[in-house]
Amino acid sequence: MTTLTQAPPAPTLSAPPKPGVFRLAASKRQRLLVPVLVVLLLGAVLVGAGVGAVAIPVPALLGIMLHKAGLTFGLAFEPQQEAVLWAIRLPRVCLGVLVGAGLGLAGASMQGLFRNPLADAGLIGISSGASLAAVATIVLEVKLLAVFAGLAAIREALGFYLLPVVAFAGACATTFLVYRISREGGRTVVASMLLVGIAINALAGAFTGLLTYVATDEQLRSITFWGLGSLGGASWPTVLRLLPFLVLPLLWLPTLGKPLNLLALGEDQAAHLGLPVARLKHQLIGLSTLAVGASVAVVGAIGFLGLIVPHLIRLVAGPDNRRVLVGSALGGAVVLVLADTLARTLVAPAELPIGILTALLGAPTFLWILLRQRRQAAR
Amino acid sequence: MFDVENVTYQTGRKTLLQQVSFRARPGELLAVVGANGAGKSTLLRLLSGDLTPTHGTVHFDGQPLAECPAPALAKRRAVLTQQHTLSLAFPVAELVMMGRYPHFQGQPSAHDHWIVDAALSTVGLSALAARSYPTLSGGEQQRAQLARVLAQVWEAQQGFLLLDEPLTGLDLHHQHHTLDIARDLVLRGFGVIAVLHDLNLAAQYADRILLLAQGQPVAYGAPAQVLTCENIHRGFQIDVQLLPHPHLSCPLIVPCPRRAV
Repeated sequence: MTTLTQAPPAPTLSAPPKPGVFRLAASKRQRLLVPVLVVLLLGAVLVGAGVGAVAIPVPALLGIMLHKAGLTFGLAFEPQQEAVLWAIRLPRVCLGVLVGAGLGLAGASMQGLFRNPLADAGLIGISSGASLAAVATIVLEVKLLAVFAGLAAIREALGFYLLPVVAFAGACATTFLVYRISREGGRTVVASMLLVGIAINALAGAFTGLLTYVATDEQLRSITFWGLGSLGGASWPTVLRLLPFLVLPLLWLPTLGKPLNLLALGEDQAAHLGLPVARLKHQLIGLSTLAVGASVAVVGAIGFLGLIVPHLIRLVAGPDNRRVLVGSALGGAVVLVLADTLARTLVAPAELPIGILTALLGAPTFLWILLRQRRQAAR
Repeated sequence: MFDVENVTYQTGRKTLLQQVSFRARPGELLAVVGANGAGKSTLLRLLSGDLTPTHGTVHFDGQPLAECPAPALAKRRAVLTQQHTLSLAFPVAELVMMGRYPHFQGQPSAHDHWIVDAALSTVGLSALAARSYPTLSGGEQQRAQLARVLAQVWEAQQGFLLLDEPLTGLDLHHQHHTLDIARDLVLRGFGVIAVLHDLNLAAQYADRILLLAQGQPVAYGAPAQVLTCENIHRGFQIDVQLLPHPHLSCPLIVPCPRRAV
């Protein structure tokens, strides 16, 4: 061992603790994030349930809910209002909350997994796979049934739910394909997953385009409608069928904030801190596919939501994924319920496909975020 | 204690490391030196578990490294890599707190906050605790990452620190300060394995030196044994003279390149 004849600069390791320990306090904005979003969500639900051809003001809304719970408080409402709220508005709002929360959460998870702010669930083929499967079903159904008689039994069994089931299967199949191709020597390489995702998305897009090209006019209408998304088909059975698929992602993904923070350091560095990186990747990919695949299957492909909501939350509450995940779930629900309300009231009695609205609102918002970040960086 | 026995690492047809054996003990600073591409980082990645040896074994405290449970390992040994990217703009204090993540569930305790504070003050970054990490300079980012690594094993008994070129990008003062921190840890019973480029720093601070050339060990032992003119020529293809250090009991290495004026 070398010996120092001159004393080195006083080492600070053994320095006594300072009286006041620095603590990075959560800012007011960070602390208020969840309470404010919960209030916003309640507001969005009231608006979504109350606005429309049959207006249901808040007192009537409360009256109907209390009446359903077996209580009477003298809050007046019309039977027509009750029918509209219960059979149409409420399931639709619930569907919006579930799907919006799922898309927001999956977007935040994918941005964390890929360490890339431009990622969303569409990147790994979930949406394009679902679209391809759905379009193929719309266009080829009759022909396939003619060739393979055995399919008729399946067609019969699924009935009205053929399209959602096929779309969900398509989403899972494409994601699995992207996942398998990106594995190198037993490891999922996230960077190549991104590139493989782009290639598979393009391929699925090409096949979808080909099918659209050979489609009849009537089929084209269904394809357009499906591709742009709509919550119009909402009913209690739809909500109940979607719920089991979303319970797991909605409860599990928000608990992965701490591991996702570590992933920001890089995969090796996260592993040095004891994080089971491979397991985390599987959880993130699996849960996101479940949430987005099931959502796309029921309401069609709704773009931009999963990309933008996490950015908005980060803008307000900083990069900590423990806040971003919860915030993206709540924020996604708020945005989708409000966007859906706009979609069905702007051109009433017709309805705008909601995908058009999310893109119309989303793209400028995204640009605004980008410009804002650039201004802050320049400062 | 790290026990490395006959470790060879191949990727494709290339052999990056061949027949390396050594033992890194607690209370000892081992410097790994060698030319670019000599296999120093590969060796460190084998020790940190990023890579698995093609042949040979790496044991940590008598247990094969691959069988050490990751959470327990994370509390005993920390790794400072050469990459210092962070994909999200966390404040410096939260980056350092990530070193404490293996130690708490949910929210950090007051004790964790105290350790983060102490680690930041150790690397001299207390004043920048609230700053956003990407706004730091390269050297400051490096020190912030060092603070994270220190926080991770702050209270470990016989902990281990693996440092891959911890001095790159640091000014003269902070180069020495970083190695002072390493020596303090060694005095507290830590084992430190550091990839270093400056042979004089290695001579002054290391207890043992491992010299690699083209993936093979050239010499391993005390600085005075390893850092001979002959070994250095084999490792770096450069002629040097060894002078007695004016203040320390280690050699001072002076390169004598042929074309020097």
